[in-house]
Amino acid sequence: MTEYNFAYLDEQTKRMIRRAILKGLAIPGYQVPFASREMPMPYGWGTGGVQVSAAVLTPDDTLKVIDQGADDTTNAISIRRFFEKTAGVAVTEATSDASVIQTRHRIPEEPLRDDQILVYQVPIPEPLRFLEPSEVETRKMHSLEEYGLMHVKLYEDISQHGAIATAYAYPVKVEGRYVMDPSPIPKFDNPKLEMAAIQLFGAGREQRIYAIPPYTQVVSLDFDDYPFEATKADHACDLCGAEDSYLDELIVDDAGARMFMCSDTDYCAKRRAQGHVGAQAAEDAA
Amino acid sequence: MYVAVKGGEAAIDNAHAWLAEERRGDPGTAELSVAQIREQLALAVNRVMAEGSLYDADLAALAIKQARGDLIEAIFLIRAYRTTLPRFGGSKPVETDKMACDRRVSATFKDAPGGQVLGPTFDYTHRLLDFKLMADGAVPDATHADALAQDTPHIMGFLDREDLIQPEPAGDDTPPDLTRTPLELPADRALRLQSLTRADEGFILGMAYSTQRGYARNHAFVAELRIGTVAVEMDIPELGFAIEIGEITLTECETVNQFKGSKTEPPQFTRGYGLVFGMTERKAISMALVDRALRWKELGEDDLGAPAQDEEFVLYHADNIQATGFLEHIKLPHYVDFQSELELIRKLRREAQSTHEAAE
Repeated sequence: MTEYNFAYLDEQTKRMIRRAILKGLAIPGYQVPFASREMPMPYGWGTGGVQVSAAVLTPDDTLKVIDQGADDTTNAISIRRFFEKTAGVAVTEATSDASVIQTRHRIPEEPLRDDQILVYQVPIPEPLRFLEPSEVETRKMHSLEEYGLMHVKLYEDISQHGAIATAYAYPVKVEGRYVMDPSPIPKFDNPKLEMAAIQLFGAGREQRIYAIPPYTQVVSLDFDDYPFEATKADHACDLCGAEDSYLDELIVDDAGARMFMCSDTDYCAKRRAQGHVGAQAAEDAA
Repeated sequence: MYVAVKGGEAAIDNAHAWLAEERRGDPGTAELSVAQIREQLALAVNRVMAEGSLYDADLAALAIKQARGDLIEAIFLIRAYRTTLPRFGGSKPVETDKMACDRRVSATFKDAPGGQVLGPTFDYTHRLLDFKLMADGAVPDATHADALAQDTPHIMGFLDREDLIQPEPAGDDTPPDLTRTPLELPADRALRLQSLTRADEGFILGMAYSTQRGYARNHAFVAELRIGTVAVEMDIPELGFAIEIGEITLTECETVNQFKGSKTEPPQFTRGYGLVFGMTERKAISMALVDRALRWKELGEDDLGAPAQDEEFVLYHADNIQATGFLEHIKLPHYVDFQSELELIRKLRREAQSTHEAAE
């Protein structure tokens, strides 16, 4: 696809995005406005992540794209193909082989290294958005570090439900300053936000980029008497037997029987290749 | 044994091949040419150019063909193409008072220099299906008149001369470019107008209509609506002067709205403005009404809490490409998030039940 520049965006645009990324890394958790471009895929389908990936990719990179933890979901395939076509970079499904990983809704189970970049697709970057619809107001709240509203919301959850009723896109505080939306990852993934890799967040429609530099402190908001708890389905993976991975729940027959399997397809496949066996595989073997 | 769902790649390829067949329709009927769409579906082409922010009738017609007539999809194709084009610079402001008008009507004066020119309008047609068009598209020749030799002056100019209408500050500043810098609020009027002119026609129409029905009512007279061609000129640094780089069709609407005044200032009419690519008069009139409603602050009016007065509400929700993308993304898999909610709700229900049982 030679009629487009490497990784689709022109160099001026990439420079503009790289500046926003650098600013984001310099002010962890702060939402940097950037002049998001119209991409050849719809807003809300990863245009922010795609622009960030396009700006950081080099011809030597190896790219992995996941959606819901899986490499074979249709939108992940579509984005991976886009970069194969426009950047001609190597692609992989193996987390450890990738230098850039674009993700939607998950952090890979395998710990990332300091030579890797994790790019998140973000629908609504503003953690305060559903408490205050106005962008003018929420920007003011961030600059004044005025996060009382968020604590009131969490408190109201506890008084109404007996627990904090946020299961994904669970708000965090970055390096003791900015409250940040980690994108709609399940709260199971929140503890992984403190990692060796660079984490970049791109929200195309909302025109915002933000970042977490390596080894930055990321604290999930909670109360002393209601501490944050990373949760997952109380099962092991039926395919590989993993007890430490986030699980998808599948309905497997008309009677509504369920099975559970790793949402991270690469993690699950690797474990099975190593000989780990889940309940279902054991059953089939018997 | 359960085998994980694979085959996404093949599914995508097959879906797109099927789409291509559906787009073509029955091969027994003649295929539409881009020229046919450009010539015979010109108002659809105009809308795609306006909301796609790219003045190219052939590309807009191609987009309509490719999008199977879905205009928002066609606008999306044009936007995605447009964003890859380099920006050479800004033109000089177009001189709409030098417009070669195909249509020019005023609702405020019965007659004025330049006259009332109905032009090719649906107005006053009776909306009766013309079954003849099912068989035969031949049309009788319309009568011709010579073009006016002189320019058609703006009606607003006559009100200006009497100081009856609030003056607009002139400025040589290059207006901001919504496609190159992120929208930040508060937006100045130039930026708002830029956003409105590419905004979704239906959204702007609804917003304008809401002002007519009392949500920040500001009764608008259409002082003038004109449609025609104007020259686009650009300064070429190497030449040291401006040259004409092309000609475009525009629709311009200027409204005269309720006056304002105070103890110190005599009352003056206020204005709203709409300017849109192509023959797009519904959009241009709507734009003028919404522009006027958004000006409440600078004109010292009260915030009535109406949607059309809320700059953030209007500008953040008027773009149909942003809106449709985000709306339709909820078709994408969300099983990870849903799973986390499933677990949470099961846990909350378990706890509620055990509390309930313990109480009994």
